[in-house]
Amino acid sequence: MIRSLPTTPLYKVTYTVYVVLFFLFLVLPLIAISVLAFNDSDFIALPWNGFTMDWFFSATDEREGLFADSNLLQSVYTSLTTGIIVASMSTIVGTIAALLFEEEKFRFKSLLYFLALTPLVIPGVILGISILISSTFVGNYVENTFGVDLELFRPSYWLVILGQFSFGATYVMLLVSARLKKYDYTLEEAALSLKATRLQAIWYVTIPFLRPAIIGAFVVAFLLSFSNINTTIFLVGSDPTLPIDLYSRIRFSSTPVLNAISFMIVLIISIAAFINFFVSRRKENT
Amino acid sequence: MKNKKSFNFTFYLLIVPVLLWLVLLIVLPHIDLFISSFQVENDDGKMVFSLGNYIAFFSNQIYWLTFVKTAAYAIGVTILAFLVTFPIAFYLTKVISKKNAGFLILLLLIPLWVGELVTVYGWMVLLGDHGIINHSLMAIGIIDKPINMLYTNFSMIIGLLYMSMLFMVVPVMSTLESLDDSLIEAASDLGASKWTIFRTIIIPYSMPGIVSGAIIVFMLVIGDYLAPNILGGKSSLWFTEQIYNEFLSTFNWNEGAAFGFLLLMLSSGIIWIALKLSGQKLDKVGS
Repeated sequence: MIRSLPTTPLYKVTYTVYVVLFFLFLVLPLIAISVLAFNDSDFIALPWNGFTMDWFFSATDEREGLFADSNLLQSVYTSLTTGIIVASMSTIVGTIAALLFEEEKFRFKSLLYFLALTPLVIPGVILGISILISSTFVGNYVENTFGVDLELFRPSYWLVILGQFSFGATYVMLLVSARLKKYDYTLEEAALSLKATRLQAIWYVTIPFLRPAIIGAFVVAFLLSFSNINTTIFLVGSDPTLPIDLYSRIRFSSTPVLNAISFMIVLIISIAAFINFFVSRRKENT
Repeated sequence: MKNKKSFNFTFYLLIVPVLLWLVLLIVLPHIDLFISSFQVENDDGKMVFSLGNYIAFFSNQIYWLTFVKTAAYAIGVTILAFLVTFPIAFYLTKVISKKNAGFLILLLLIPLWVGELVTVYGWMVLLGDHGIINHSLMAIGIIDKPINMLYTNFSMIIGLLYMSMLFMVVPVMSTLESLDDSLIEAASDLGASKWTIFRTIIIPYSMPGIVSGAIIVFMLVIGDYLAPNILGGKSSLWFTEQIYNEFLSTFNWNEGAAFGFLLLMLSSGIIWIALKLSGQKLDKVGS
């Protein structure tokens, strides 16, 4: 049953078959999308009509490829900038939260920590509608009192960023806290006894120690933002993020260009994952 | 004295951004959600206190039935996710070598990072009447008419399971990793059957991981919108779709707020029960 124990051949075969089937189940949708991105057909279906790159590069009216579709490229760009801003904000506030909860003692700490964890268990839809309701409330108040309609409080680019940041910071906090738990606080105390201020000690000693976790957390926050739809769908304004754009295309006008963009996402994620895998394996070996 | 002052300064520098985040984006929005769920617009266009939104929920069968169905399906998918992935988590931590496991774990994480929309779309392409599975089965000659799989409860469950099951694997693997193999070996030496070992050692030991996984899976499934909306049919209405309709189709935000609040109560209620039954804390779920 485990590595060191003998098993019957039947048990071993059944188990292996199950594992193979499971991983087939796992990669099947990714392979399906990727293959059909290169099918020379106007429909997202078999039969296989031969290989084409039309859904990437063609710029005719019948077949508008990914790199000719300016709306699609615009939503990719929106998602990239949203992701970078959300990841930066989440990383800063999440790291600050990790430092606060790991190093400081204060009243209502456990209540505040509980609140910081709640985005893990609040469905994204609820975060979306709550932020929509309260920002509209504030927006109406500002408009009635000062006579200005601020875009920030209406479904817009910046409201999406606030919505995604509200849960992104939680994930950063957890990732950075995990590394901070392994931190030897005598390092910080040494810096303090050498007349560093507390802030200098954190900046020059603690933050460099946390750097790998902070970089990892930034990537996680970016990916959460890049793929989010549940919260974003309520807050999005006139400039859709990529998932919102794809969602409305799937519902209303699917062409194989959807497969082309999905294939690109799968490709980039896989390459990044493999690079990360081999780099970390090499580090372990040396 | 001077030192103490700088200590306080750092403390405020740390707590102010965290307070801004939690108060402005978590606490106040949920208070607003709660308040507006108890408001309706009267004939003069003014907001007044009312239980009307909740009464509408309980008096319309379609609303509360969807609510109950969503909860039941979410529990079902959570159990399914456990059954499907536990052997995999066990395989990756205890059966094969660490080196080989690394590659498979990587494969496991790719769909997670690719994002739900792309994978849901992948299932749509696979399961459709002219989809890859039907086409292949017909080409081989196993069937001669397409099997209706897409836009059914079956395709919805596949989608929900696929997007949530990895959140079960990861916490279960991390508890299994700390399980000492010699416990299993000792039990086996003393003549325990596989089933006994599984039931009395492996499952109890990995319970914290199972509970963490179950909570995350349940929360993701109950709050999911894409899989029911894209893969589900007319009969597989999901409660998040009702909320979506209230906000973006009929523009009855107050009723939508009431629905949202009910969903929040449901998910926190079930998570609370799971934490109480297993004696775990919320911060364990996150790690």
